[in-house]
Amino acid sequence: MKSLPITIDGVRKTYGSYVALDDVSIDIQAGEFLTLLGPSGSGKTTLLMALAGFVRLDRGKLLLGDRDITRLTPNKRDIGIVFQNYALFPHMSVLANVEYPLVLRKTPKAEARQRALDTLARVKLEGLAERNIAALSGGQRQRVALARAIVFEPRVMLMDEPLSALDKNLRETMQYEIRRLHDDLGITTIYVTHDQREALIMSDRIAVMNSGRIQQIDTPQRIYDRPSTRFVAEFMGEANIVAPGSVRKIDGADASREALMIRAESFHLDATLAGRDGMVLEGMLRAKTFRGENWLLTLALDGGQEVLVCIPSALAGGCAELAAGQRVTAYAPATKVHAIPGAAA
Amino acid sequence: MTVLADPALAADARRERRFFLSLSLPALFIVGLAAILPILWIIRQSFLTTAGEYTVGNYEKVLSSGLTWSALVTTLELSLATLAICILLGTPLALALASARPRVANLLMAFVMLPLWTSILVRTYGWLVLLRRDGLINSALTGSGLTAEPLPLVYNFTGTLIGMVHYMLPLFLLPVYAAMRDIDANLVRASASMGATLGQTIRTVILPLSAGGIFSGSIIVFIYTIGFFITPAVLGGGKVNPLSTRIERTLSTFQDWGSASVLGILLLILMALVGMMFLAARRLIAGHKVDTAHA
Repeated sequence: MKSLPITIDGVRKTYGSYVALDDVSIDIQAGEFLTLLGPSGSGKTTLLMALAGFVRLDRGKLLLGDRDITRLTPNKRDIGIVFQNYALFPHMSVLANVEYPLVLRKTPKAEARQRALDTLARVKLEGLAERNIAALSGGQRQRVALARAIVFEPRVMLMDEPLSALDKNLRETMQYEIRRLHDDLGITTIYVTHDQREALIMSDRIAVMNSGRIQQIDTPQRIYDRPSTRFVAEFMGEANIVAPGSVRKIDGADASREALMIRAESFHLDATLAGRDGMVLEGMLRAKTFRGENWLLTLALDGGQEVLVCIPSALAGGCAELAAGQRVTAYAPATKVHAIPGAAA
Repeated sequence: MTVLADPALAADARRERRFFLSLSLPALFIVGLAAILPILWIIRQSFLTTAGEYTVGNYEKVLSSGLTWSALVTTLELSLATLAICILLGTPLALALASARPRVANLLMAFVMLPLWTSILVRTYGWLVLLRRDGLINSALTGSGLTAEPLPLVYNFTGTLIGMVHYMLPLFLLPVYAAMRDIDANLVRASASMGATLGQTIRTVILPLSAGGIFSGSIIVFIYTIGFFITPAVLGGGKVNPLSTRIERTLSTFQDWGSASVLGILLLILMALVGMMFLAARRLIAGHKVDTAHA
């Protein structure tokens, strides 16, 4: 299967005075797994629906390969879509649902059946072909929706929060399976989620969106470690953003005039491990919470700002004995201190 | 129903069910009084002579009369034609309403419901004004030279059918519209994303999923039309005589309560048969598993 690159070029969509998409441009490579990540109302689903052809853009262009699809009706775009609620046809069997796009394409009956069965096997649903949709579990429905979206070998696949209705364990299994399916098929995939962990686990690149704008497009690791805006820093995990002046010592970290971001889990409490480079800060323990795999400490710096410090349980020998009001010194290596360009603390 | 292990909980559940059932008693009482009793009375009446003696003569007289059978045929013709036109006009209209934006849909719905809120007598005579030889439509047609002679639009089957469809269309529309509005918009989107044209989506997704509503609407229209009186009486001009007008004629002209009761029972049996046929057909369709997508 030959996959295609996607070009999103300066698209804009408004509903009355509400700007849903504000000059969004993304180049997605053929075979790439790109995630649109953002809170609700950030425009990620609007962008996905515009790609699918269900939202008419005010401005901008959408290209599939070098074909302009901006004004093309949805049924001519040849894009596989997995909807948030799966959108399976309740009046058809599992097999009929998966055969549906092939029947529309006038595929010979025997071939359509064979391809549908093969695709069902690929998503591990062999043996369920004759079932009614109503008789399936949530996870099975998710797999039928996947099979139906890939059976006609589209060049591009769009997924709109496909795992949000599943429980946590199943969700994690499906994250790996969807990614594996993507790698097998090599199909260009745009995936929408508001779950930052899911985005980190699954994506080649993540586009973080907020208020209809792209905040940052980058690899998961760079999005997490090197956020380019304060919003990205805070959306991606427990981030502390401090002014250089409020820490006791800082060496080796870059750009000391700007706001500094340190992830809560970048800290440790062991003075003997603190190298020459890095950040040292001291504060009063305000609260501590045991969260299973780690302890979360809230420190109040002398300036009054609160800093979150997350210590893995395995290394947190002394955490249980710490008492509120006690003074605590936390250390972070210089490589984990990131200056957010242009942001004031 | 879940099985409750605890006998106290089970007793509670039983008490609750009994209470909810008891809520239906007033309605059951009225139905019994206003529907079952008169029917029993009509059955009794059908076996009595005018002098009040037991007889089967009423049945012999009615069933051997050619007028009865032609009334039966007219009843079925009128009902089937009304139903067919309601399906042909109402299904696309319901689809338009269901896919319109809420404000437009509400406005259109008001137009559809307006006839339902108007007295049936007013509406029927309204059609008379429009349809008769010197009525608005014929004046316009002859005045503009489109037709040389006025068209026979009323006091015949055509006129009756127009009036019937006008009355029945909203009753058909409501359940169909409700069924179509309940279809998840994402199903329509999914169908389009897989390559279906609008026509294919309507055929393979929307119509099968609103079949229940179309069925309910059809039962309502058919059963209603079978016993309808005013419209055939006024717009039929004596030339369209279904069972309902025969019953009225038998009573008003001949004061023959026995024969009228037999005709009434005939109508009841017809309704029961048609109702059972619809229910059987519905069960057949529901039981038939759709295993292929006919696109």
